[in-house]
Amino acid sequence: MTAPLLSVSGLEARYGDFQALFGIDLEVMPGETVAIIGANGAGKSTFLKAVTGLLPARREAIRFAGEAIGGLAAPEVMRRGIAMVPEGRKLFPSLTVEENLLIGGWGRTGSGRWSLDSLYGLFPVLKERRRSPGTALSGGQQQMVAIGRALISNPKLLLCDEISLGLAPVVIRDIYAALPAIKAEGTAIVVVEQDIVKAMEVADRVYCFQEGRMTLAGRPSELTREAIHDAYFGS
Amino acid sequence: MTLVFDILVQGALLGGLYALFAAGLSLIFGVMRLVNLAHGDLIVLAAFLILALTDLAGFDLWFAALLVLPAMFAIGYLLQIGLLDRVLGKDILPPLLMTFGLSIIIQNALLEGFSADSRRLSAGAIETASIPIAPGIAVGVMPLVTFLAAVLVIVALNQVFYRTAVGRAFRAVSDDPTTAQLMGIDNRKLFALAMGLALAVSAIAALFLGIRANFDPTIGPARLIFAFEAVIIGGLGSLWGTLAGGVVLGVAQTLGAAINPEWQILAGHVAFLVVLVVRPRGLFPRAVD
Repeated sequence: MTAPLLSVSGLEARYGDFQALFGIDLEVMPGETVAIIGANGAGKSTFLKAVTGLLPARREAIRFAGEAIGGLAAPEVMRRGIAMVPEGRKLFPSLTVEENLLIGGWGRTGSGRWSLDSLYGLFPVLKERRRSPGTALSGGQQQMVAIGRALISNPKLLLCDEISLGLAPVVIRDIYAALPAIKAEGTAIVVVEQDIVKAMEVADRVYCFQEGRMTLAGRPSELTREAIHDAYFGS
Repeated sequence: MTLVFDILVQGALLGGLYALFAAGLSLIFGVMRLVNLAHGDLIVLAAFLILALTDLAGFDLWFAALLVLPAMFAIGYLLQIGLLDRVLGKDILPPLLMTFGLSIIIQNALLEGFSADSRRLSAGAIETASIPIAPGIAVGVMPLVTFLAAVLVIVALNQVFYRTAVGRAFRAVSDDPTTAQLMGIDNRKLFALAMGLALAVSAIAALFLGIRANFDPTIGPARLIFAFEAVIIGGLGSLWGTLAGGVVLGVAQTLGAAINPEWQILAGHVAFLVVLVVRPRGLFPRAVD
């Protein structure tokens, strides 16, 4: 049996005295696409922050490729083969599009398909705008840069936090159209989404969070509309 | 007319020295938003290190400066990792207090080690050499070398910032330190590198300060003020702006001195205030702040 790439067990996370996650258990298999859905404040982004080392966590609560990584500093986590597309894109304003892409590979020499050229192949519009400041682009183009910036390190696991947030439906469609090409490289993907329909379309497995607790887990084909509704909003 | 031209030239050359004082300060502020109140004292420390190597160990002045350059880089790196990193955060007060304390410690350590006597670095005949550039106007070779050194330092720092991967990382961390960590950038190491680089530049400033004027353990804060003024006149975080700021300050001081020698320093401060009123973000502010 294949070992999970990311294995989270009993994960708790806090902002000071406020506990935001309560005993989350979750697995991501190599090459799998997992969607985490939930309403605002459900703890989805907090979960990603804990996995990436931006929030403290118990060392054994998060294992990546067999190694306990909970509580490691973010750069240490990233160097092990995780990359993140943060909520709101978070491009660096003083860097050009190309520099924003290149910075994603800082200190990492992971071999794989993704390089500047292949990213320009995936998102051709970025090549035309490569000398522009990253933040001068439209929202959708900025999201492409954020995804490319994460991919250039050729990660084993790509974490995407609300990549459709604030984008027009046609732009969301273009962004999601890139996921199969990413998946084809064997990259596991975790997509945090409020858009349930979009999440169900792309995911091999879906987890639903509500108020810091996991309320549902399963394959999209196995989940009923009522079960998702109850897990999302509470019964 | 000749007098005005002379004032402009001499002032601009003096501005080179101020730009050297300010370049390290600008770099540190640009990368980690840290106002280093000990910057002037660290320049004086570097000057005393050069002095120790020339007077006590008998090294040639330029060779001594070459040795102090990496030494100051190492001091900066360790200072950041060992001390300043512990207080860097959202609150700007702890690092200010830390560098203020550092300033006092450096001054007192230098007083203990070198006494309160005024010192000077001797560069030999080049100190008094001059080149005539127009009828009635000559420029000193040392001020010219100082200005060229400042331009070279600014060019080199710009190359580092805009042509290298480390420079990209400097700018990324400056924009958004949290997201930079998600790129795999270790902010602590990068800040230490920036501080090392800034203090290496301060070693160059120390060399030209020591050749141009007397120095003693207590003059650091006054150099810091000139550095601050050059940085703010030029625009926070802008390296070329820092050179421009130094030149504006130098020209203002030289003009003030030409009117009345007592007005030299005051004229610089007045120019600084005027720029603050007219362009509060400086002459060449960074596009992104």
